[in-house]
Amino acid sequence: MIKVAIQNLNLFYDTVQALKNISLDIQNNEIFGVIGPANSGKSSLLRAINRLYEIDYARMTGRILLDGEDIFNLPVNDLRRRVGLIFATPVVLPGSVYKNISYGPKLHNTFKKNELDERVSTALHAANLWDEVKDRLWDSASTLSGGQQQRLCIARTLAMDPEVIMMDEPCSGLDPVSTTKIEATMLELKKQYTFILVTNNTKQAARIADRTAFFLSGELIEVDISKTIFTSPRDQRTDDYIRGRFG
Amino acid sequence: MTFRIGPRTSQIIAYILLLVMTSITVIVLFFIIVYIFNHGIGQLSLEFLTDRTREMGKEGGIFPSIIGTLLVTMFAIAVATPLGVGSAVYLVEYTRGGLIRRIISFGADCLAGVPSIIFGLFGFIFFVIKLNLGWSIISGGLTLAVMILPTVIRTAEEAIKAVPHTYREISYSLGGGKLDTIVKVVLPTSLPGILTGIILGIGRAVGETAAVIFTAGSALGIPTSLFSSTRTLAVHFYILAREGISMPKAYGTATVLIIIILAVNFIAYRLMHRFIARYY
Repeated sequence: MIKVAIQNLNLFYDTVQALKNISLDIQNNEIFGVIGPANSGKSSLLRAINRLYEIDYARMTGRILLDGEDIFNLPVNDLRRRVGLIFATPVVLPGSVYKNISYGPKLHNTFKKNELDERVSTALHAANLWDEVKDRLWDSASTLSGGQQQRLCIARTLAMDPEVIMMDEPCSGLDPVSTTKIEATMLELKKQYTFILVTNNTKQAARIADRTAFFLSGELIEVDISKTIFTSPRDQRTDDYIRGRFG
Repeated sequence: MTFRIGPRTSQIIAYILLLVMTSITVIVLFFIIVYIFNHGIGQLSLEFLTDRTREMGKEGGIFPSIIGTLLVTMFAIAVATPLGVGSAVYLVEYTRGGLIRRIISFGADCLAGVPSIIFGLFGFIFFVIKLNLGWSIISGGLTLAVMILPTVIRTAEEAIKAVPHTYREISYSLGGGKLDTIVKVVLPTSLPGILTGIILGIGRAVGETAAVIFTAGSALGIPTSLFSSTRTLAVHFYILAREGISMPKAYGTATVLIIIILAVNFIAYRLMHRFIARYY
C-alpha cells in the first residue's frame, strides 16, 4: 500500500531549485532510504513532505499525498503530527526529559496526568531509552549523551503517535554503538511505522533500508530495492557515488 | 638606531595598561558608593525609612518617597514590559528582517539616546496637560515607560534572535503553531535576556530625576491613588541637595536609593539564575 505519493514535486528557495520534478511512492511499513551527496535535495524532500519548507519561505509545486489525501487539504499541525521529522543534530528543547517528550502530545490534545505519563513511558520504551533515563525523567534533557539525546528526539516524535517518521541523517554525529542502537530501534519500529531515512552513510542504507533512492543535484536518479541499488545500479552516476568516486 | 619594543615587553605593557584601566573604573565606582554610604549610613534608621517627611525634608523620614518611587517604577515596568516584549516578538518572529524591522530598530536606538529631560518635557506636555492626567503616578509612570521602552525592546529583540532556529524547527515539526512555538519555546528560552532588559529598565526608572519631576511632581504626602502626585527618591534627593534643605538627609536618601537599586539587581539575578538552573 502506498503511504506517501510524491508527484512532480519541485521546490524552490528564492531562485535556487532544490528539487526537480520528483515523482516517488513510499510504501507502508518500509524503511525508505535516500542517499546522495551534499545539496542533492535530500533534506528538502523531507521538508516538503511535512511542509516545514514553509517556514523557510520556500515555494513548492506538484502534489504530495498522504494515504491518498493531498497534504494541502490537511491542517498543517495534523500533517506534522502524522509525519514526524528527526534532525541530523539532536536538538533537545530546554527543560526536562519528560517535558521534551510531552511537548508534542500536549500541543495536540489535553491529557490527564497519568495518560501523559503513560505516553512518555511508552515512547521512551519504544526508542530503547527507558532503562537509561527512567530515574532521570526530571533532569534537564541536555545532560544526556549525544546518542541518548538522539533517541530522546526519536521518542519525542513517537510520543505524537505518528504514521511516518522521517530521519535526516540521524546518526551523522553518533558513535557506532549509538548508531547500532538507533538502527535496531528502527528495524523494530518498522512494523508500526513507515520510515524515510536520509543518510550520508551509504552502508547504513544498505544495512536497513528496504528500498533506496539516489538523489543528485535535486534530481531523482534512480530508485530500487536496496540490494539492487547497491549491487547492480542501472545508472552510472549511482554506481560512481556508491563506490565513492565522488560526493 | 631605531628603538624597538620586544614582543614580550609589549605584552607586559598592554597587560599593565588594561589592568590600570579596569582598576580605575572599579575604584571610581567603589569610591562613589563608599562616599555616599559613608555620609548617608548614619541617617538610616527605622524612623527615617518609615516616617513622613516634615518641614520640606529637613526633618522626618522619606517613607512617602519610597512608596512613590516603587509605585512609579512598578507602573512604568507594568506598561513597558508587555509593550516592549510584544514589539520584540513581532519584530523577530513576524517580520522577515526587512525594512520595517530596520526602521523600528533604528527608531528605538535613537529613542534610547534622547536625554531624559526631553522625555520629561514630552510627558509634561502630553500626559500631564494634553491627556489631563495631571502631576501623578500615572503620568510619571507612563513617561518612564516611554523612556525605558527602547532598552526593553532592543534587549528582548536580541534575546529572541539568539534562540536557536533549530528550536523553532523542532516545535513546528512536532506540529506546533507559531503561537505555541513563541509562547512555549521562544519566550521561555529567551527569558533571561528579556529579564536583563527589564532590570536595566528598572535601574534607569528608579534613578531617574528629570523625567519624573515634570510628570509626577514633587508632592510630599503619601500617595492615595495612582492620580496622586508624588516625589520619587531621586527627585527628593535632588530637591534636598539643590535647595540646600539638608545635606545629611540628602545623603541618607541617596543611600536608600542605591540600596534599592542594588537589591533589585541582586534579586533579579538570583531569579534569573534559578530559572536558568531549572531549564538548562
